[in-house]
Amino acid sequence: MTPYPTTKSNVTLMQGDQACAEGAIAAGCRFFAGYPITPATEIAEVLARRLPQIGGKFIQMEDEIASIAAVIGASVGGVKSMTATSGPGLGLMQENIGYAAMTEIPCVVVDVQRLGPSTGRPTSPSQGDVMQARWGTHGDHPIIALSPASVRETFDLTVQAFNFSERYRTPVMLLMDEVIGHMRERVELPDLEAIERVERPATTVPPEWYKPFENFPADVPPLVPFGEGHRYHLPGLHHDERGYPTNRVDEVQPWLDRVFRKIDRSLSEILLYEEDEIEDAVTLVVAYGVVSRSARSAVEMARERGRKVGFLKLKTIWPFAEEVVEHAAARLHRVVVPELNLGQLALEVERVVGRHKVRRVNRADGEMIQPAEILAAIEERE
Amino acid sequence: MNRVGRQGPFNNLRAPRESRVHERYLRHSKRFPNVWCAGCGIGIVLGAIIRAVDGLRLDKNDVALLSGIGCTGRMPVYVDFNTMHTTHGRALAFATGLKMVRPKMKVIVVMGDGDALAIGGNHFIHAARRNIGLTAIVVNNATYGMTGGQYSPTTPTDARAATAPYGHIEQPFPITELAAASGAAFVARSTVFHVQELEKYIAQATVKEGFSVVEAVSYCHTTLGRINRWGTAPDMMRRLKEQSITLGRAEQMSEEEKRDKIVRGVFVDRDIPEYTQLYDRIIERAQAGGR
Repeated sequence: MTPYPTTKSNVTLMQGDQACAEGAIAAGCRFFAGYPITPATEIAEVLARRLPQIGGKFIQMEDEIASIAAVIGASVGGVKSMTATSGPGLGLMQENIGYAAMTEIPCVVVDVQRLGPSTGRPTSPSQGDVMQARWGTHGDHPIIALSPASVRETFDLTVQAFNFSERYRTPVMLLMDEVIGHMRERVELPDLEAIERVERPATTVPPEWYKPFENFPADVPPLVPFGEGHRYHLPGLHHDERGYPTNRVDEVQPWLDRVFRKIDRSLSEILLYEEDEIEDAVTLVVAYGVVSRSARSAVEMARERGRKVGFLKLKTIWPFAEEVVEHAAARLHRVVVPELNLGQLALEVERVVGRHKVRRVNRADGEMIQPAEILAAIEERE
Repeated sequence: MNRVGRQGPFNNLRAPRESRVHERYLRHSKRFPNVWCAGCGIGIVLGAIIRAVDGLRLDKNDVALLSGIGCTGRMPVYVDFNTMHTTHGRALAFATGLKMVRPKMKVIVVMGDGDALAIGGNHFIHAARRNIGLTAIVVNNATYGMTGGQYSPTTPTDARAATAPYGHIEQPFPITELAAASGAAFVARSTVFHVQELEKYIAQATVKEGFSVVEAVSYCHTTLGRINRWGTAPDMMRRLKEQSITLGRAEQMSEEEKRDKIVRGVFVDRDIPEYTQLYDRIIERAQAGGR
């Protein structure tokens, strides 16, 4: 056992926001830039204390726009970097998240979701940023978003977010929510040595041959940090393989194809989910994040009453697990999708399995969805 | 700390110069010509940056050139440094992250007046307040050139602009005063007519530890100049020469006399602790158990 510096052993009582900060450090994050916002502030507070202890750096920027910009700048300098915010701040970050998507800079953006729109209810949970995470920045681009359902899962998925981000050269979002962020749970953390850390692949070519956006066989061209001899250009403009601006469709289209291909061809690694008793189910419950806790209770209650209910808990919500849902729902009569919004991921489920099969269970008033509400949707007559 | 900046490296600026220094710094893999209109001052600023870096004998690998959006934003792509063409107004924030993790790197940020002071005004004052070791070069042409001559934070009152067809009723930002009041360690202003002076200030700003600002007063003859009938590029260049005075002369003039003048000179040069160096002390303190 290797205890964490902040704890006496691997078993501890920890808040979700703290688990996110510790997960980031365990993943190798050494730079954080952020701006105070409820309910994500604790992540910044923990990292302001912890990062300099291990030679990392923390900075509180003047706003969220600057925070994500500094994170991208630090990542270009070769350091794993993260920011954390909530819905209003994520809105401000969107343009620069687009820049990270365009220049394929690894970075992790944590969004501890709170009830919106606008200032909303800052201390109430929500899953209202699901579509913002996917489509918040303009233009077509791939994105990876993960959503944890417990404190331990927050730790694990933060590590995973960094690994995906470095492996696929893409911004990765971690969609937490106010309950997961502020809730304290008993957690047993993994041994630090046992954690898999993905490092950015180094290039094998000399500087004069290096192209930061090369149509690489693996679709993820290596990204060399600034200052190490491979001088190149990173533009928000559409660019050729060298990074020089272009208006030529025969240079724009290959880039678009490649950035989507690099995610699509790795779906088996990127799509994280848990499925439970789906094989002989008649009804399927699809849930993610904090709501999957209520959903699991509802599923257990329904099974006790003799109903055949399968459970699919999504940890990766973007890209959406189309084939997993399609496969699981093929024989089913009903798919129940509970969400702390008025139906965002439900739109994706409906797109895949058809609208008539889906029962939405929604709340967007800042209160949790109770298992009984999900149970009612499972048992509702046609 | 600043002594080297005032003497050593700048002596060679007076020595006979290689005539086409920039050719060793431009990216020949990039398709030229550049995007700027014939007669534009931005290329002159680029030339001054290149000669300043060359005069300082800096390794290209240790220089980063970042920009935001606009005509000036197009500058980094042409130069063989580590370059980023970031989003509108945010270049200083990107540069802050880069400088934090690569404190030895010379990070130069070029911005237009709209980029630096309108959309990026918040980042400008906070980078100055932090005194982080970045070199901010503001090419001030008093308008948004790329979008066609709309009024910017430095457009003179009463001028006409594409978005001020009946005259401009706002007052212009004094860039150097703003930088000085916000806490910058080095603040200077020159024009694209005074090329050697501009180069000297950029060199001084680059070696300065702390946040340094150089305002390079330029013009836009194809948008704001055309709308106001200010003449051709040579006419506007001549006006920079005629309107500008040195700081020494300005000190002997009344407020009324210098109202329409462009004052050139070094306004601030002070030794205050630089941010990344202070952060190293934070790391030491944290590793010593918080003491």
